[in-house]
Amino acid sequence: MSLGFDCRKAFAETLIELAAADRRIVVVVNDSVGSSNLKEFRRRFPERLVNVGIAEQNMIGVGAGLANGGLIPFVCGASCFLTGRALEQVKVDLGYSRSNVKLCGMSSGVAYGELGPTHHSIEDLAWTRAIGNLTVIAPADPAETAAAVRAVAEHNGPVFLRLSRMPVPAVHPADYRFEIGRAARLRTGDDVTLIAVGTMVYQALEAAALLERDGVRAAVLNMSTIRPLDRAAVAEAAGRGPLVTIEEHTVTGGLGGAVAEVVVETRPARMRLLGVPGEFAPTGSAEFLFEHYGLTPEGIRRAALTLMEAQLGTADSGD
Amino acid sequence: MSINMQADRLARAVRRASLTMVHAAGLGHPGGDLSAADVLAVLYASILNVDPGDPTRPDRDRFILSKGHCSGALYATLAECGFFPREWLADYMKPLSRFSGHPDRNKLPGIEANTGPLGHGLPIGVGAAKAAQITGSSWRVFVMTGDGELQEGSNWEAAMAASTFGLDNLTVIVDRNGLQQGDRTELTVQLEPLAERWRAFGWAVREVDGHDIAALTRTFRSAPFEAGKPNCVIARTRKGRGVSFIEDRVEWHHRVPTAQELAAALTELGGGETAA
Repeated sequence: MSLGFDCRKAFAETLIELAAADRRIVVVVNDSVGSSNLKEFRRRFPERLVNVGIAEQNMIGVGAGLANGGLIPFVCGASCFLTGRALEQVKVDLGYSRSNVKLCGMSSGVAYGELGPTHHSIEDLAWTRAIGNLTVIAPADPAETAAAVRAVAEHNGPVFLRLSRMPVPAVHPADYRFEIGRAARLRTGDDVTLIAVGTMVYQALEAAALLERDGVRAAVLNMSTIRPLDRAAVAEAAGRGPLVTIEEHTVTGGLGGAVAEVVVETRPARMRLLGVPGEFAPTGSAEFLFEHYGLTPEGIRRAALTLMEAQLGTADSGD
Repeated sequence: MSINMQADRLARAVRRASLTMVHAAGLGHPGGDLSAADVLAVLYASILNVDPGDPTRPDRDRFILSKGHCSGALYATLAECGFFPREWLADYMKPLSRFSGHPDRNKLPGIEANTGPLGHGLPIGVGAAKAAQITGSSWRVFVMTGDGELQEGSNWEAAMAASTFGLDNLTVIVDRNGLQQGDRTELTVQLEPLAERWRAFGWAVREVDGHDIAALTRTFRSAPFEAGKPNCVIARTRKGRGVSFIEDRVEWHHRVPTAQELAAALTELGGGETAA
């Protein structure tokens, strides 16, 4: 299961391809060339890499100014600082202003698990999802990361691209076409739907395979765009049965919250929200924290089974 | 191409219009509007390469009002310069208005950045000036900040970056009227020695009477002051300048003139024949 790819590689390679073809592509970093995997970009396009130092508020404003000057800035830094430290700049300079800036949050979720809650970025989806005009995307594997980088460069408007350093295997078929705002159904099944984002998509697929052995047919949706959410895909899944959401994020206001908002307004369904349950996660490696919070194939399987039993119980008592 | 108007006439029209707007809206920041009027007038009358007929032309100069609460003065300036009709100013802060209390670049021509929260304009200006440097373009960037606004740390992040990048196409103008919302700046959190602080951050600094049209014009025309260094103009101003009972009074940060006060102010300002 640890066999996989660091999506930052696909991110950086795609960015270099785009920059080679389009002189408007520039990168802004907060002394984060290494952690954003941008050394090769700097070697190829030194004049198009703007390092503002350790200053995230300025970094976002500089991104907005570069966009004002007709460039397409990819503003890259550790997600915890990029979003939290500069949230007002993200709101005003990017979202409210509709600046054509691509915010790339590296090492999101609990990737920096051992460094502690200061460096965990488990609120970033909730924060950015609340900001008007901002598109929020968290790709699940290298191919989707590459496709998402291309799509956001094409898209005219502010984007938050949430990336991880946690290795993930390829989860999409070769003919998969990423589209902003569209969920990908990676597995079909009528008993329960597992809706996952980012690093959790692979875990959900593995969980679905375990559930099959239990005789449970689980569908898996990769909800790689968190905003605008694919409401039709959520409503369709909710019409078929219970839903489990899985995210490397607090369960408050992220993927689970976004899905629940649609479910209560369209097709009420039982839900279980997996993630960090509204607390600061303890210190420990990302793998440890995934185990700790049941963000594993087995943890997801158990959550799905419990949810289906509860659904059954409700149905029985209603009869 | 610059607009080529008479700056003194423009400044008076801006003062008259912004006070009238604040009175009509029942809201606004008249002290800061009047403080900034002469700088705005000089920039738009004879310095900025902007075209009201083509406000998003890629090679235009950029002006960013970081002290976005003085939107009244900016809107009045843009209207006087022909970016939109003067009559539109009557919508200032009305429901659903394009003329929000703080400027919105997606609603009106001639506005480069959405400001309001303080300390946002200079970072955006650094980015726009850096874009010119990267693309080898000749446009210049002017950012006007308040003085109390410099208590926001983001300005100093931007100041360090601008000098590191050698952005001599960037000019910050500090509206140094000495007052902030609650009190004098030096009785709140001290800014002095302000010129030395900017110099220590790597900027070339000029101090000028912020109400002396000729001195402001000469100063802006002489930029860049030192090759390879960003420019800082500390404009020594009086908050509420031009109206005796508003000038240098802290309460006029956001007091609204009564009908009587507005009439008295317009009489003091004179030039009713050019009023908005």
